[in-house]
Amino acid sequence: MDFGLSPEQHMLQDSVARYAAESAPLERVRRYAEGADDGSEMWSALVDMGVLGAAVPERAGGLGLGLLDAALVQEQLGAGVVPVDHLPHAVVAQALVRTGASDALAKMLAGEVRYALALSHAVQQREGAGVRAQGDGALEGSSLFAQGLRGAERILTADDQGRLWVVRTSDAEIRMHESIDKTRPLGEVRFQSAPAELIDPSGEALGDLVHVARVLLAADTLGAVQHMLDAAVAYSLEREQFGRVIGSFQAVKHLCAEMAAQIEPARSLMWYAAYAFDHLPDEFALCACHAKAHLDEVGRFVARTATEVHGGMGFTDLLGLHYWFKRIGANRQLLGGPELVREDAALLQDW
Amino acid sequence: MDLTYSDEYVDFRDEVRTFIERHRDQAPIGELSRSRARLAWQRLLIEHGYTARTIPKEYGGYGAEPDILRSRIIAEEFSAARVPMGLADQGISMLVPTLLERGTEEQKRRWIGPTIRGEVVWCQGYSEPGSGSDLASLKTRAEVEGDEFVINGQKIWTSTAKEADMMFCLVRTEPDAPKHQGISYVLIPMDSPGIEVRPLVTMTGHAEFNEVFFTDVRIPTSQIVGERGEGWLVANTTLKHERGMLGDPNAAQAHLQQLVDLMREERADGDRLIDNPALRDRLLKLQGTALAMKFNGLRLLTSSARGEDAKIARLAVKLNGCELNHQIAALAIDALGELGLLYRGDERARDGGGWQWQYMFQLGMIIGGGTAQIQKNIISERGLGMPREPKTGG
Ligand SMILES: Cc1cc2nc3c(=O)[nH]c(=O)nc-3n(C[C@H](O)[C@H](O)[C@H](O)COP(=O)(O)OP(=O)(O)OC[C@H]3O[C@@H](n4cnc5c(N)ncnc54)[C@H](O)[C@@H]3O)c2cc1C
Repeated sequence: MDFGLSPEQHMLQDSVARYAAESAPLERVRRYAEGADDGSEMWSALVDMGVLGAAVPERAGGLGLGLLDAALVQEQLGAGVVPVDHLPHAVVAQALVRTGASDALAKMLAGEVRYALALSHAVQQREGAGVRAQGDGALEGSSLFAQGLRGAERILTADDQGRLWVVRTSDAEIRMHESIDKTRPLGEVRFQSAPAELIDPSGEALGDLVHVARVLLAADTLGAVQHMLDAAVAYSLEREQFGRVIGSFQAVKHLCAEMAAQIEPARSLMWYAAYAFDHLPDEFALCACHAKAHLDEVGRFVARTATEVHGGMGFTDLLGLHYWFKRIGANRQLLGGPELVREDAALLQDW
Repeated sequence: MDLTYSDEYVDFRDEVRTFIERHRDQAPIGELSRSRARLAWQRLLIEHGYTARTIPKEYGGYGAEPDILRSRIIAEEFSAARVPMGLADQGISMLVPTLLERGTEEQKRRWIGPTIRGEVVWCQGYSEPGSGSDLASLKTRAEVEGDEFVINGQKIWTSTAKEADMMFCLVRTEPDAPKHQGISYVLIPMDSPGIEVRPLVTMTGHAEFNEVFFTDVRIPTSQIVGERGEGWLVANTTLKHERGMLGDPNAAQAHLQQLVDLMREERADGDRLIDNPALRDRLLKLQGTALAMKFNGLRLLTSSARGEDAKIARLAVKLNGCELNHQIAALAIDALGELGLLYRGDERARDGGGWQWQYMFQLGMIIGGGTAQIQKNIISERGLGMPREPKTGG
């Protein structure tokens, strides 16, 4: 019985943090957000680290670790607001593992084929979104807020029976959204009799995939809020007003204490939910919902509070703190905001 | 990370379950503190090592090696079976660990056994009218006359002083030393001449705490724990234990489960309370927070087993846990609507009016044992390395 990270997991975190600092410093994130960097170098550096297969068994070409390890990777990417689509690939990896699509999985892990994830309509349908199968080889319909479209060759999606399909991006019509979070562009995909490959006819994998994605979103937010708190504390120890550092004012100290006091238990919850995927399957879905909803709430509180501690500087584009603010904001909305996800938690408990 | 229990622990869990099955008819009902049945139960638990587990045998305990997993299994099984755990009053949770760390051999032999058996009840005499959060400014004096301390002054907010046999108390013995270095930690019999206890009725309508007045109270100087002037250090040993106890995530889990049951059973306008979307969402939010605190508790167990300092994860327990308990009671009251107003003694009161009592009592817990604001000072200073509050006076 041991509920803490192993030395190897700390090393994994450190190496992803190092990657983030070296390959995706803030200036580069900014260039990406402004369209002046296509992100391909950041992506290939991530692929080269081999972490895409963190939660993929060794026999399938992965690292043979667990969802917790994938979540620790995601956490560090959130901490650095790194503009790479680790999340959709980590989710797709689970789909491909489940369905035994080993060739496709090998190509994905090698970075040869990139995927986007279009599952938003399976969580909640807006603007008439929804995907239906036409026979067993084509799809019709649309999905909004697909992640990872930039550079993707394939799209993983689900039909109204919950079955999983893979579509070539070239067979879909794509329109990118103007979303607040420029570090992970989102888009809309439209299928018109689009040729598609049915990879999970059972319809049973979808639920888990959504929950895996929710844990990863929670992990991303966790990394981002930790960064925002660290930045707020550091700034408060530098900035002086009334002849003293603002971090010596109790009002500021208490805001920082409140952020810290919320972040640490949330971290424990995220760890547990991710661990449950591999080891406590009966508890996984409920914990994933709670991890997502809870970190959404902690995220909102920390994002605004850490910004506030920075005063006017926090509000500027110059400082770049807003990239974290927006990333946290995007994680909150994606694949079910906290109210929706909590209602899922209620249903899972037969309330 | 590995949440499975090895065979040894699986066997231990079976053992605890068997014990509970076999003895549950002897378990006292209700929490009435010192009934004969309660004390007999306590002795039975000590005998089997289900409380006072790591206290050495020579002091009346069970004498097992510390093993946080076994302690956790005991706590889980007792609370799952809803049978009372061992007593955990201030004497047992705070004084006994302090004596084990700081007491003389003679003090350990004399006090630990009767305390863990529930035969000697203690109260904590720290706070004074002028010294609450700024505890180190306390003024109650103890002057040495021969081999006695002569004590004069006043304590306040002293829980259970009326029922207590003994008090562990902070007094000023070195008035000229800087404030933190002039304090001593002493043990005072509550029947000493010169002690007067006046109950203070609290907002719950009951006298949960008291004022205690000292007029020329004499105790032997051997009743000091630690050296003269070391009382602040000794007291901090106990405060550490107190803060782990306040905000205990297992207690929050139990309250939450009770609230879930209530909201599934109670109806308003024919619908279950849990089907009201606004109330349901609040319940789910609290469940998320309670789970976060529960898993945070697991993390603390592992840190202490590994000998690591969990830092903010530990410092946040009192602040978050007490607030959570308060919010759970608040939701129960809101969900009950006007029925939520009913208090002890009303036949329509749900759970004996206990939710209103909890709501008030938990606010007391937010204040007691270091207020929420003091916890935030501690988290920001010790956890985040922010500047200490300016110290004035002494
Ligand atoms: C139910 C209950 C049981 C108790 N039982 C005992 C007991 O058995 N034995 C015992 O010795 N004591 C006991 N206490 C006392 C308790 O420890 C004190 O109430 C507590 O430490 C606060 O002190 P105070 O009441 O004097 O409030 P104050 O210290 O006067 O605080 C009043 C307000 O000022 C704020 N404040 C004070 N200093 C600061 C600061 N530096 N920064 C920011 N804000 C500050 C506080 O947070 C609070 O909001 C009990 C209290 C309660 C409520």
